[in-house]
Amino acid sequence: MARKKQGILQPLIVLVGIAVISAFTLGYVRQITEEPIKRAKDNQELAAIAEVVNEFDNNPFAEKMTITTANKKHKLTMYPARQNGVLNSVAIKTYTNTGFGGRIELMAGFNVDGSIKNFKVISGNETPGLGTKVDEPRFKEQFHGFYPGRQVLKVRQDGGDIDAVTAATISSRAVLKALERAYDAFRNFNSGKSNE
Amino acid sequence: MNKTSLNNLTRGILRENPIFVMLLGMCPTLGVSTSAANGLGMGLATAFVLMMSNIGISAVKNIIPDIIRIPSFIVIIASFVSVIEMLMQAYLPQLYSALGIYIPLIVVNCIILGRAEAFASKNNIWQSFLDAVGMGIGFTLALTLLGSVREILGNGSWFGWSFVGEDTPTMLLFIMPPGAFLALAGIIIVVNKLRGVK
Amino acid sequence: MAYIMIFITAIFVNNIILSQFLGICPFLGVSKKISTAVGMGLAVMFVMTLATVVTFLIYYTFLRPYHLEFMMTVAFILVIASLVQMVELIIKKTSPALYQSLGIFLPLITTNCAVLGIAILTVQRNYTLLAGICYTLASAMGFTLAIVIFAGIRERLERTEIPAAVKGTPIVLISAALLSMAFMGFAGIAY
Repeated sequence: MARKKQGILQPLIVLVGIAVISAFTLGYVRQITEEPIKRAKDNQELAAIAEVVNEFDNNPFAEKMTITTANKKHKLTMYPARQNGVLNSVAIKTYTNTGFGGRIELMAGFNVDGSIKNFKVISGNETPGLGTKVDEPRFKEQFHGFYPGRQVLKVRQDGGDIDAVTAATISSRAVLKALERAYDAFRNFNSGKSNE
Repeated sequence: MNKTSLNNLTRGILRENPIFVMLLGMCPTLGVSTSAANGLGMGLATAFVLMMSNIGISAVKNIIPDIIRIPSFIVIIASFVSVIEMLMQAYLPQLYSALGIYIPLIVVNCIILGRAEAFASKNNIWQSFLDAVGMGIGFTLALTLLGSVREILGNGSWFGWSFVGEDTPTMLLFIMPPGAFLALAGIIIVVNKLRGVK
Repeated sequence: MAYIMIFITAIFVNNIILSQFLGICPFLGVSKKISTAVGMGLAVMFVMTLATVVTFLIYYTFLRPYHLEFMMTVAFILVIASLVQMVELIIKKTSPALYQSLGIFLPLITTNCAVLGIAILTVQRNYTLLAGICYTLASAMGFTLAIVIFAGIRERLERTEIPAAVKGTPIVLISAALLSMAFMGFAGIAY
Protein backbone atom coordinates (compact mmCIF):
# COMPACT_ATOMS: atom_id res chain seq x y z
CA MET A 1 0.00 0.00 0.00
CA ALA A 2 2.76 2.35 1.00
CA ARG A 3 4.54 1.66 -2.24
CA LYS A 4 1.49 2.40 -4.27
CA LYS A 5 0.99 5.67 -2.47
CA GLN A 6 4.49 6.74 -3.32
CA GLY A 7 3.82 5.75 -6.90
CA ILE A 8 1.11 8.38 -7.07
CA LEU A 9 2.88 11.00 -5.03
CA GLN A 10 6.13 11.18 -6.93
CA PRO A 11 4.63 11.87 -10.38
CA LEU A 12 2.34 14.42 -8.81
CA ILE A 13 5.26 16.29 -7.25
CA VAL A 14 7.20 16.24 -10.50
CA LEU A 15 4.24 17.51 -12.50
CA VAL A 16 3.48 20.27 -10.04
CA GLY A 17 7.18 21.15 -9.99
CA ILE A 18 7.27 21.47 -13.76
CA ALA A 19 4.13 23.59 -13.72
CA VAL A 20 5.57 25.88 -11.04
CA ILE A 21 8.86 26.32 -12.92
CA SER A 22 6.90 27.04 -16.07
CA ALA A 23 4.71 29.60 -14.30
CA PHE A 24 7.69 31.43 -12.84
CA THR A 25 9.57 31.46 -16.14
CA LEU A 26 6.56 32.82 -17.96
CA GLY A 27 5.91 35.37 -15.26
CA TYR A 28 9.49 36.57 -15.61
CA VAL A 29 9.32 36.80 -19.40
CA ARG A 30 5.99 38.56 -19.05
CA GLN A 31 7.60 41.11 -16.78
CA ILE A 32 10.38 41.97 -19.18
CA THR A 33 8.16 42.03 -22.26
CA GLU A 34 5.21 43.89 -20.78
CA GLU A 35 6.61 47.34 -21.56
CA PRO A 36 7.80 46.55 -25.10
CA ILE A 37 4.45 44.89 -25.91
CA LYS A 38 2.53 47.93 -24.78
CA ARG A 39 4.87 50.20 -26.69
CA ALA A 40 4.57 48.10 -29.85
CA LYS A 41 0.78 48.22 -29.63
CA ASP A 42 0.75 51.98 -29.02
CA ASN A 43 3.17 52.57 -31.87
CA GLN A 44 1.01 50.58 -34.25
CA GLU A 45 -2.04 52.58 -33.27
CA LEU A 46 -0.20 55.89 -33.27
CA ALA A 47 1.12 55.18 -36.76
CA ALA A 48 -2.44 54.51 -37.92
CA ILE A 49 -3.67 57.73 -36.29
CA ALA A 50 -0.86 59.77 -37.83
CA GLU A 51 -1.78 58.47 -41.24
CA VAL A 52 -5.40 59.57 -41.12
CA VAL A 53 -5.33 62.99 -39.42
CA ASN A 54 -3.78 66.39 -40.19
CA GLU A 55 -0.44 67.38 -38.75
CA PHE A 56 -0.54 67.52 -34.99
CA ASP A 57 1.75 68.34 -32.10
CA ASN A 58 -0.28 66.99 -29.18
CA ASN A 59 -0.47 63.44 -27.92
CA PRO A 60 -3.78 62.09 -29.27
CA PHE A 61 -3.35 59.11 -26.97
CA ALA A 62 -3.50 61.17 -23.82
CA GLU A 63 -6.71 62.87 -24.94
CA LYS A 64 -8.58 59.83 -26.20
CA MET A 65 -12.26 59.59 -25.32
CA THR A 66 -15.14 57.22 -25.83
CA ILE A 67 -17.99 58.31 -28.06
CA THR A 68 -21.21 56.51 -28.94
CA THR A 69 -23.39 56.28 -32.03
CA ALA A 70 -26.76 58.09 -32.05
CA ASN A 71 -28.64 54.95 -31.03
CA LYS A 72 -26.14 54.41 -28.18
CA LYS A 73 -25.46 50.87 -29.41
CA HIS A 74 -21.82 51.18 -30.38
CA LYS A 75 -18.95 52.64 -28.41
CA LEU A 76 -15.94 53.90 -30.35
CA THR A 77 -12.69 55.55 -29.31
CA MET A 78 -11.84 59.00 -30.61
CA TYR A 79 -8.36 60.56 -30.71
CA PRO A 80 -8.28 64.35 -31.18
CA ALA A 81 -5.38 65.84 -33.16
CA ARG A 82 -4.36 69.42 -32.38
CA GLN A 83 -1.81 71.80 -33.85
CA ASN A 84 -0.82 74.65 -31.51
CA GLY A 85 -3.75 73.72 -29.31
CA VAL A 86 -6.32 74.05 -32.10
CA LEU A 87 -8.33 70.95 -32.96
CA ASN A 88 -7.86 70.26 -36.66
CA SER A 89 -9.05 66.68 -37.06
CA VAL A 90 -9.90 63.51 -35.18
CA ALA A 91 -9.16 59.83 -35.61
CA ILE A 92 -11.92 57.38 -34.69
CA LYS A 93 -11.27 53.69 -34.23
CA THR A 94 -14.21 51.88 -35.76
CA TYR A 95 -15.12 48.41 -36.89
CA THR A 96 -17.57 46.22 -38.75
CA ASN A 97 -18.35 42.53 -38.56
CA THR A 98 -19.54 42.25 -42.14
CA GLY A 99 -16.21 41.91 -43.92
CA PHE A 100 -15.64 39.00 -46.28
CA GLY A 101 -13.52 37.43 -43.55
CA GLY A 102 -15.56 38.75 -40.63
CA ARG A 103 -14.40 41.61 -38.43
CA ILE A 104 -12.48 44.55 -39.87
CA GLU A 105 -11.08 47.28 -37.64
CA LEU A 106 -10.08 50.60 -39.09
CA MET A 107 -8.93 54.03 -38.05
CA ALA A 108 -11.06 56.72 -39.66
CA GLY A 109 -9.87 60.31 -39.85
CA PHE A 110 -12.32 63.23 -40.02
CA ASN A 111 -11.68 66.91 -40.56
CA VAL A 112 -13.45 69.25 -38.16
CA ASP A 113 -15.95 70.21 -40.89
CA GLY A 114 -17.18 66.62 -40.95
CA SER A 115 -15.49 65.49 -44.15
CA ILE A 116 -13.44 62.31 -44.27
CA LYS A 117 -9.70 62.86 -44.33
CA ASN A 118 -8.49 59.31 -44.79
CA PHE A 119 -8.76 55.88 -43.23
CA LYS A 120 -6.46 52.97 -42.48
CA VAL A 121 -7.30 49.31 -41.95
CA ILE A 122 -5.81 48.15 -38.64
CA SER A 123 -6.84 44.54 -38.59
CA GLY A 124 -8.95 42.27 -40.69
CA ASN A 125 -9.13 38.95 -42.36
CA GLU A 126 -9.91 39.93 -45.94
CA THR A 127 -8.75 37.91 -48.91
CA PRO A 128 -5.16 38.90 -49.72
CA GLY A 129 -4.94 40.54 -53.12
CA LEU A 130 -8.69 41.20 -53.33
CA GLY A 131 -10.34 42.41 -50.16
CA THR A 132 -7.07 43.84 -48.85
CA LYS A 133 -7.16 46.31 -51.75
CA VAL A 134 -9.58 48.44 -49.74
CA ASP A 135 -6.48 49.61 -47.90
CA GLU A 136 -4.72 50.73 -51.07
CA PRO A 137 -4.52 54.35 -52.33
CA ARG A 138 -6.61 53.74 -55.44
CA PHE A 139 -9.70 52.96 -53.36
CA LYS A 140 -8.92 55.33 -50.52
CA GLU A 141 -8.38 58.37 -52.75
CA GLN A 142 -12.12 58.58 -53.32
CA PHE A 143 -12.61 59.40 -49.65
CA HIS A 144 -10.23 62.30 -49.33
CA GLY A 145 -12.55 65.24 -48.63
CA PHE A 146 -15.70 63.15 -48.93
CA TYR A 147 -18.69 64.63 -47.07
CA PRO A 148 -20.80 61.76 -45.71
CA GLY A 149 -23.59 64.27 -44.99
CA ARG A 150 -23.84 65.59 -48.57
CA GLN A 151 -22.69 62.63 -50.62
CA VAL A 152 -23.96 59.06 -50.33
CA LEU A 153 -21.55 56.80 -48.48
CA LYS A 154 -22.45 53.69 -50.45
CA VAL A 155 -21.00 51.79 -53.39
CA ARG A 156 -22.37 52.59 -56.86
CA GLN A 157 -24.25 49.28 -57.06
CA ASP A 158 -26.25 50.40 -54.03
CA GLY A 159 -26.86 53.89 -55.43
CA GLY A 160 -23.93 55.59 -53.72
CA ASP A 161 -20.95 57.66 -54.78
CA ILE A 162 -18.10 55.23 -54.16
CA ASP A 163 -16.53 52.85 -56.66
CA ALA A 164 -16.12 49.47 -55.01
CA VAL A 165 -12.88 47.57 -55.42
CA THR A 166 -13.30 45.25 -58.40
CA ALA A 167 -14.27 41.74 -57.24
CA ALA A 168 -14.34 42.87 -53.61
CA THR A 169 -17.71 44.57 -53.26
CA ILE A 170 -18.36 42.93 -49.90
CA SER A 171 -15.11 44.20 -48.40
CA SER A 172 -15.81 47.66 -49.85
CA ARG A 173 -19.31 47.68 -48.37
CA ALA A 174 -17.92 46.61 -45.02
CA VAL A 175 -15.43 49.47 -44.99
CA LEU A 176 -18.23 51.91 -45.83
CA LYS A 177 -20.29 50.51 -42.99
CA ALA A 178 -17.45 51.04 -40.53
CA LEU A 179 -16.94 54.59 -41.81
CA GLU A 180 -20.66 55.25 -41.55
CA ARG A 181 -20.55 54.09 -37.94
CA ALA A 182 -17.61 56.37 -37.16
CA TYR A 183 -19.32 59.30 -38.86
CA ASP A 184 -22.52 58.62 -36.94
CA ALA A 185 -20.64 58.66 -33.64
CA PHE A 186 -18.67 61.75 -34.64
CA ARG A 187 -21.83 63.67 -35.56
CA ASN A 188 -23.56 62.49 -32.42
CA PHE A 189 -20.61 63.72 -30.38
CA ASN A 190 -20.66 67.12 -32.11
CA SER A 191 -24.41 67.64 -31.71
CA GLY A 192 -24.12 66.73 -28.03
CA LYS A 193 -21.41 69.35 -27.66
CA SER A 194 -23.39 72.17 -29.30
CA ASN A 195 -26.40 71.46 -27.12
CA GLU A 196 -24.47 72.04 -23.97
CA MET B 1 30.98 14.90 -36.11
CA ASN B 2 30.37 11.18 -36.38
CA LYS B 3 28.01 9.45 -38.73
CA THR B 4 25.03 9.14 -36.38
CA SER B 5 25.15 12.79 -35.50
CA LEU B 6 25.31 13.80 -39.12
CA ASN B 7 22.45 11.47 -39.88
CA ASN B 8 20.35 12.95 -37.07
CA LEU B 9 21.05 16.41 -38.38
CA THR B 10 20.31 15.89 -42.04
CA ARG B 11 17.43 13.45 -41.77
CA GLY B 12 14.76 16.09 -41.29
CA ILE B 13 15.86 18.31 -44.13
CA LEU B 14 14.72 16.22 -47.07
CA ARG B 15 14.64 12.48 -46.45
CA GLU B 16 12.16 12.67 -43.57
CA ASN B 17 10.98 16.20 -44.19
CA PRO B 18 8.21 16.80 -41.65
CA ILE B 19 5.86 18.45 -44.12
CA PHE B 20 6.47 16.92 -47.54
CA VAL B 21 7.20 13.39 -46.44
CA MET B 22 5.70 12.85 -43.00
CA LEU B 23 2.72 15.22 -43.42
CA LEU B 24 3.00 16.59 -39.90
CA GLY B 25 2.01 20.04 -38.73
CA MET B 26 -0.45 20.61 -41.52
CA CYS B 27 -2.56 23.32 -39.84
CA PRO B 28 0.06 26.08 -39.64
CA THR B 29 1.56 24.87 -42.91
CA LEU B 30 -1.60 25.53 -44.85
CA GLY B 31 -2.85 28.40 -42.73
CA VAL B 32 0.04 30.85 -42.72
CA SER B 33 1.83 30.08 -45.97
CA THR B 34 0.11 32.90 -47.85
CA SER B 35 3.43 34.65 -48.34
CA ALA B 36 7.09 33.69 -48.24
CA ALA B 37 7.77 36.00 -45.30
CA ASN B 38 4.95 34.52 -43.20
CA GLY B 39 6.17 31.03 -44.03
CA LEU B 40 9.70 31.89 -42.98
CA GLY B 41 8.52 33.56 -39.76
CA MET B 42 6.31 30.65 -38.76
CA GLY B 43 9.04 28.17 -39.68
CA LEU B 44 11.62 29.91 -37.50
CA ALA B 45 9.20 30.25 -34.57
CA THR B 46 8.38 26.56 -34.73
CA ALA B 47 12.03 25.61 -35.16
CA PHE B 48 12.92 27.62 -32.06
CA VAL B 49 10.25 25.91 -29.96
CA LEU B 50 11.29 22.54 -31.34
CA MET B 51 14.93 23.14 -30.39
CA MET B 52 14.16 24.36 -26.89
CA SER B 53 11.65 21.62 -26.17
CA ASN B 54 13.89 18.87 -27.53
CA ILE B 55 16.75 20.10 -25.33
CA GLY B 56 14.50 20.58 -22.30
CA ILE B 57 12.77 17.26 -22.58
CA SER B 58 15.95 15.37 -23.23
CA ALA B 59 17.46 17.00 -20.12
CA VAL B 60 14.66 16.05 -17.76
CA LYS B 61 13.57 12.76 -19.32
CA ASN B 62 15.03 10.65 -16.52
CA ILE B 63 13.22 12.35 -13.66
CA ILE B 64 9.81 12.23 -15.27
CA PRO B 65 7.76 9.17 -14.32
CA ASP B 66 6.19 7.40 -17.24
CA ILE B 67 2.53 8.02 -16.40
CA ILE B 68 2.87 11.80 -16.52
CA ARG B 69 5.16 11.82 -19.54
CA ILE B 70 2.71 13.35 -22.00
CA PRO B 71 1.28 16.03 -19.67
CA SER B 72 4.80 17.06 -18.65
CA PHE B 73 5.94 17.30 -22.25
CA ILE B 74 2.90 19.38 -23.11
CA VAL B 75 3.54 21.81 -20.26
CA ILE B 76 7.19 22.19 -21.25
CA ILE B 77 6.30 22.77 -24.89
CA ALA B 78 3.47 25.17 -24.04
CA SER B 79 5.83 27.21 -21.86
CA PHE B 80 8.33 27.70 -24.67
CA VAL B 81 5.50 28.58 -27.03
CA SER B 82 4.23 31.23 -24.62
CA VAL B 83 7.75 32.65 -24.30
CA ILE B 84 8.14 33.03 -28.04
CA GLU B 85 4.62 34.41 -28.33
CA MET B 86 5.41 37.20 -25.86
CA LEU B 87 8.79 37.96 -27.43
CA MET B 88 7.23 38.15 -30.86
CA GLN B 89 4.43 40.40 -29.66
CA ALA B 90 7.01 42.74 -28.16
CA TYR B 91 9.65 42.87 -30.85
CA LEU B 92 7.98 41.69 -34.08
CA PRO B 93 4.42 42.99 -33.74
CA GLN B 94 3.70 42.88 -37.45
CA LEU B 95 4.65 39.25 -37.83
CA TYR B 96 2.72 38.55 -34.64
CA SER B 97 -0.51 39.91 -36.06
CA ALA B 98 0.06 38.19 -39.40
CA LEU B 99 0.47 34.77 -37.78
CA GLY B 100 -2.29 35.35 -35.22
CA ILE B 101 -3.94 32.29 -33.74
CA TYR B 102 -1.35 29.95 -35.28
CA ILE B 103 1.31 31.03 -32.77
CA PRO B 104 -0.32 29.50 -29.67
CA LEU B 105 -1.25 26.56 -31.85
CA ILE B 106 2.43 25.65 -32.23
CA VAL B 107 1.74 23.74 -28.99
CA VAL B 108 -0.39 21.20 -30.78
CA ASN B 109 1.84 21.03 -33.84
CA CYS B 110 2.31 17.28 -34.15
CA ILE B 111 5.95 17.74 -35.17
CA ILE B 112 6.98 19.00 -31.75
CA LEU B 113 5.23 16.44 -29.57
CA GLY B 114 6.11 13.84 -32.17
CA ARG B 115 9.86 14.56 -31.97
CA ALA B 116 9.66 14.77 -28.17
CA GLU B 117 8.09 11.33 -28.01
CA ALA B 118 10.02 9.63 -30.77
CA PHE B 119 13.43 11.16 -30.27
CA ALA B 120 14.13 13.52 -27.37
CA SER B 121 12.74 11.19 -24.72
CA LYS B 122 15.17 8.47 -25.79
CA ASN B 123 18.36 10.31 -26.75
CA ASN B 124 20.89 12.60 -25.11
CA ILE B 125 20.80 16.36 -25.25
CA TRP B 126 23.31 16.84 -28.06
CA GLN B 127 21.65 14.34 -30.40
CA SER B 128 18.21 15.75 -29.59
CA PHE B 129 19.49 19.21 -30.39
CA LEU B 130 20.83 18.04 -33.77
CA ASP B 131 17.55 16.30 -34.51
CA ALA B 132 15.63 19.47 -33.69
CA VAL B 133 17.92 21.62 -35.84
CA GLY B 134 17.47 19.27 -38.80
CA MET B 135 13.72 19.02 -38.41
CA GLY B 136 13.49 22.77 -37.81
CA ILE B 137 15.43 23.54 -40.97
CA GLY B 138 13.31 21.07 -42.92
CA PHE B 139 10.10 22.58 -41.62
CA THR B 140 11.24 26.16 -42.23
CA LEU B 141 12.46 25.39 -45.75
CA ALA B 142 9.23 23.61 -46.61
CA LEU B 143 7.07 26.41 -45.25
CA THR B 144 9.10 29.10 -47.00
CA LEU B 145 8.95 27.16 -50.25
CA LEU B 146 5.19 26.72 -49.99
CA GLY B 147 4.79 30.39 -49.08
CA SER B 148 6.98 31.41 -52.02
CA VAL B 149 5.01 29.34 -54.51
CA ARG B 150 1.73 30.76 -53.26
CA GLU B 151 2.98 34.35 -53.16
CA ILE B 152 4.63 34.20 -56.59
CA LEU B 153 1.64 32.62 -58.32
CA GLY B 154 -1.04 34.39 -56.35
CA ASN B 155 0.36 37.86 -55.88
CA GLY B 156 3.18 38.17 -58.40
CA SER B 157 5.69 38.98 -55.70
CA TRP B 158 8.36 37.34 -53.54
CA PHE B 159 9.06 38.44 -49.97
CA GLY B 160 6.95 41.49 -50.73
CA TRP B 161 9.07 42.40 -53.77
CA SER B 162 6.62 42.72 -56.63
CA PHE B 163 7.73 41.85 -60.15
CA VAL B 164 4.51 42.39 -62.08
CA GLY B 165 2.56 45.55 -62.79
CA GLU B 166 -0.22 46.67 -60.49
CA ASP B 167 -2.94 45.66 -62.91
CA THR B 168 -1.52 42.32 -63.96
CA PRO B 169 -4.02 39.61 -63.15
CA THR B 170 -2.43 37.01 -60.89
CA MET B 171 -3.73 33.59 -59.87
CA LEU B 172 -5.41 34.80 -56.71
CA LEU B 173 -6.70 31.32 -56.05
CA PHE B 174 -3.26 30.38 -54.74
CA ILE B 175 -3.50 32.86 -51.90
CA MET B 176 -6.98 31.69 -50.98
CA PRO B 177 -7.60 28.51 -48.98
CA PRO B 178 -7.98 26.07 -51.93
CA GLY B 179 -4.64 27.28 -53.27
CA ALA B 180 -2.95 26.06 -50.11
CA PHE B 181 -4.02 22.48 -50.81
CA LEU B 182 -3.22 22.76 -54.51
CA ALA B 183 0.24 24.25 -54.02
CA LEU B 184 1.13 21.63 -51.41
CA ALA B 185 -0.13 18.85 -53.70
CA GLY B 186 2.04 20.21 -56.50
CA ILE B 187 5.15 20.39 -54.36
CA ILE B 188 4.62 16.90 -52.97
CA ILE B 189 4.34 15.50 -56.50
CA VAL B 190 7.71 17.05 -57.34
CA VAL B 191 9.31 15.92 -54.07
CA ASN B 192 8.05 12.37 -54.58
CA LYS B 193 9.52 12.41 -58.08
CA LEU B 194 12.88 13.59 -56.70
CA ARG B 195 12.86 10.95 -53.96
CA GLY B 196 12.07 8.31 -56.55
CA VAL B 197 8.87 7.12 -54.89
CA LYS B 198 6.50 5.40 -57.23
CA MET C 1 -30.28 36.84 -35.01
CA ALA C 2 -26.68 37.30 -33.88
CA TYR C 3 -26.56 33.64 -32.89
CA ILE C 4 -27.91 32.49 -36.25
CA MET C 5 -25.19 34.56 -37.90
CA ILE C 6 -22.52 32.97 -35.74
CA PHE C 7 -23.87 29.55 -36.70
CA ILE C 8 -24.02 30.08 -40.44
CA THR C 9 -20.67 31.84 -40.58
CA ALA C 10 -18.87 29.20 -38.55
CA ILE C 11 -20.32 26.22 -40.42
CA PHE C 12 -20.17 27.42 -44.01
CA VAL C 13 -18.36 30.70 -44.55
CA ASN C 14 -15.40 30.32 -42.24
CA ASN C 15 -15.44 26.56 -42.19
CA ILE C 16 -12.95 25.56 -39.56
CA ILE C 17 -11.13 23.08 -41.79
CA LEU C 18 -11.51 24.41 -45.29
CA SER C 19 -10.87 28.06 -44.65
CA GLN C 20 -9.29 28.32 -41.20
CA PHE C 21 -7.11 25.22 -41.50
CA LEU C 22 -7.70 24.02 -37.96
CA GLY C 23 -7.96 20.28 -37.51
CA ILE C 24 -6.28 19.34 -40.76
CA CYS C 25 -4.52 16.31 -39.29
CA PRO C 26 -7.68 14.30 -38.54
CA PHE C 27 -9.23 15.69 -41.71
CA LEU C 28 -6.52 14.06 -43.80
CA GLY C 29 -5.88 11.14 -41.47
CA VAL C 30 -9.28 9.83 -40.36
CA SER C 31 -11.29 10.41 -43.50
CA LYS C 32 -10.95 7.13 -45.38
CA LYS C 33 -14.41 5.84 -44.50
CA ILE C 34 -17.67 7.65 -43.86
CA SER C 35 -18.41 5.68 -40.69
CA THR C 36 -15.11 6.59 -39.00
CA ALA C 37 -15.48 10.17 -40.17
CA VAL C 38 -18.88 10.40 -38.49
CA GLY C 39 -17.41 8.93 -35.28
CA MET C 40 -14.55 11.41 -35.31
CA GLY C 41 -16.95 14.27 -35.97
CA LEU C 42 -19.16 13.36 -33.01
CA ALA C 43 -16.19 12.91 -30.68
CA VAL C 44 -14.81 16.30 -31.69
CA MET C 45 -18.19 17.95 -31.24
CA PHE C 46 -18.49 16.55 -27.72
CA VAL C 47 -14.97 17.30 -26.52
CA MET C 48 -14.80 20.68 -28.17
CA THR C 49 -17.97 21.99 -26.55
CA LEU C 50 -16.90 20.66 -23.16
CA ALA C 51 -13.42 22.12 -23.58
CA THR C 52 -14.71 25.57 -24.52
CA VAL C 53 -17.01 25.70 -21.50
CA VAL C 54 -14.28 24.60 -19.06
CA THR C 55 -11.54 26.83 -20.53
CA PHE C 56 -13.98 29.75 -20.65
CA LEU C 57 -14.74 29.36 -16.95
CA ILE C 58 -11.08 28.97 -16.06
CA TYR C 59 -10.15 32.05 -18.05
CA TYR C 60 -12.75 34.27 -16.46
CA THR C 61 -12.52 32.95 -12.88
CA PHE C 62 -8.75 32.48 -12.52
CA LEU C 63 -6.62 33.85 -15.33
CA ARG C 64 -8.31 37.19 -15.98
CA PRO C 65 -8.93 38.38 -12.38
CA TYR C 66 -5.36 37.55 -11.31
CA HIS C 67 -3.75 38.91 -14.50
CA LEU C 68 -2.41 35.53 -15.50
CA GLU C 69 -3.42 35.81 -19.16
CA PHE C 70 0.09 34.84 -20.16
CA MET C 71 -0.53 31.36 -18.74
CA MET C 72 -3.46 30.85 -21.11
CA THR C 73 -1.78 28.52 -23.58
CA VAL C 74 -0.28 26.33 -20.84
CA ALA C 75 -3.51 26.21 -18.82
CA PHE C 76 -5.77 25.53 -21.79
CA ILE C 77 -3.74 22.71 -23.29
CA LEU C 78 -3.37 21.04 -19.90
CA VAL C 79 -7.11 21.29 -19.31
CA ILE C 80 -7.89 19.89 -22.73
CA ALA C 81 -5.44 17.01 -22.33
CA SER C 82 -6.84 16.02 -18.94
CA LEU C 83 -10.41 16.53 -20.10
CA VAL C 84 -9.89 14.15 -22.97
CA GLN C 85 -8.46 11.48 -20.64
CA MET C 86 -11.30 11.95 -18.18
CA VAL C 87 -13.95 11.68 -20.87
CA GLU C 88 -12.24 8.56 -22.13
CA LEU C 89 -12.29 6.98 -18.65
CA ILE C 90 -15.91 7.92 -17.97
CA ILE C 91 -17.16 6.64 -21.30
CA LYS C 92 -15.20 3.43 -20.84
CA LYS C 93 -16.82 2.84 -17.44
CA THR C 94 -20.38 3.89 -18.20
CA SER C 95 -21.02 3.03 -21.80
CA PRO C 96 -18.89 0.34 -23.42
CA ALA C 97 -20.95 0.63 -26.60
CA LEU C 98 -20.19 4.32 -26.97
CA TYR C 99 -16.57 3.63 -26.11
CA GLN C 100 -16.41 1.11 -28.92
CA SER C 101 -17.46 3.71 -31.43
CA LEU C 102 -15.85 6.89 -30.09
CA GLY C 103 -13.05 5.66 -27.83
CA ILE C 104 -10.37 5.24 -30.44
CA PHE C 105 -10.75 8.83 -31.59
CA LEU C 106 -10.39 10.42 -28.18
CA PRO C 107 -6.59 10.25 -27.78
CA LEU C 108 -6.24 11.80 -31.23
CA ILE C 109 -8.24 14.81 -30.14
CA THR C 110 -5.64 16.15 -27.69
CA THR C 111 -3.41 17.16 -30.55
CA ASN C 112 -6.31 18.31 -32.70
CA CYS C 113 -5.52 21.97 -33.01
CA ALA C 114 -9.16 22.77 -33.65
CA VAL C 115 -10.02 22.18 -29.99
CA LEU C 116 -7.33 24.48 -28.59
CA GLY C 117 -7.83 26.92 -31.44
CA ILE C 118 -11.55 27.37 -30.88
CA ALA C 119 -11.07 27.63 -27.10
CA ILE C 120 -8.55 30.45 -27.59
CA LEU C 121 -10.60 32.20 -30.28
CA THR C 122 -13.66 32.15 -28.03
CA VAL C 123 -11.92 34.20 -25.33
CA GLN C 124 -10.01 36.33 -27.84
CA ARG C 125 -13.21 37.41 -29.53
CA ASN C 126 -14.82 38.32 -26.19
CA TYR C 127 -17.81 36.06 -26.76
CA THR C 128 -20.23 35.55 -23.91
CA LEU C 129 -20.49 31.98 -22.64
CA LEU C 130 -23.65 31.35 -24.66
CA ALA C 131 -22.25 32.86 -27.85
CA GLY C 132 -19.05 30.89 -27.24
CA ILE C 133 -20.94 27.61 -26.96
CA CYS C 134 -22.89 28.50 -30.06
CA TYR C 135 -19.69 29.27 -31.95
CA THR C 136 -18.00 26.09 -30.77
CA LEU C 137 -20.94 23.88 -31.62
CA ALA C 138 -21.22 25.43 -35.06
CA SER C 139 -17.50 25.07 -35.70
CA ALA C 140 -17.63 21.43 -34.66
CA MET C 141 -20.60 20.89 -36.97
CA GLY C 142 -18.61 22.51 -39.76
CA PHE C 143 -15.78 20.12 -38.96
CA THR C 144 -18.12 17.11 -39.08
CA LEU C 145 -19.75 18.28 -42.28
CA ALA C 146 -16.42 18.77 -44.04
CA ILE C 147 -14.86 15.51 -42.86
CA VAL C 148 -17.93 13.42 -43.73
CA ILE C 149 -18.25 14.90 -47.22
CA PHE C 150 -14.53 14.38 -47.69
CA ALA C 151 -14.74 10.76 -46.58
CA GLY C 152 -17.49 10.26 -49.14
CA ILE C 153 -15.22 11.60 -51.85
CA ARG C 154 -12.35 9.40 -50.74
CA GLU C 155 -14.51 6.27 -50.74
CA ARG C 156 -15.23 6.98 -54.38
CA LEU C 157 -11.57 7.69 -55.11
CA GLU C 158 -10.63 4.24 -53.84
CA ARG C 159 -12.40 2.70 -56.80
CA THR C 160 -11.10 5.11 -59.40
CA GLU C 161 -8.13 4.88 -61.72
CA ILE C 162 -5.72 7.58 -60.61
CA PRO C 163 -2.66 8.73 -62.59
CA ALA C 164 0.45 7.32 -60.94
CA ALA C 165 1.99 10.74 -60.38
CA VAL C 166 -0.76 11.98 -58.08
CA LYS C 167 -1.46 8.73 -56.23
CA GLY C 168 -1.50 8.90 -52.45
CA THR C 169 -1.20 12.25 -50.74
CA PRO C 170 -1.39 14.53 -53.80
CA ILE C 171 -4.81 13.31 -54.93
CA VAL C 172 -6.13 13.69 -51.37
CA LEU C 173 -4.89 17.28 -51.26
CA ILE C 174 -6.29 18.05 -54.69
CA SER C 175 -9.72 16.72 -53.63
CA ALA C 176 -9.49 18.86 -50.51
CA ALA C 177 -8.71 21.87 -52.70
CA LEU C 178 -11.82 21.24 -54.81
CA LEU C 179 -13.98 20.85 -51.73
CA SER C 180 -12.54 24.04 -50.29
CA MET C 181 -13.33 25.81 -53.56
CA ALA C 182 -16.92 24.60 -53.33
CA PHE C 183 -17.18 26.02 -49.82
CA MET C 184 -15.89 29.36 -51.05
CA GLY C 185 -19.24 29.70 -52.76
CA PHE C 186 -20.76 30.29 -49.34
CA ALA C 187 -18.67 33.39 -48.75
CA GLY C 188 -20.79 36.47 -48.54
CA ILE C 189 -23.84 34.44 -47.50
CA ALA C 190 -24.10 36.46 -44.29
CA TYR C 191 -25.61 39.50 -46.02
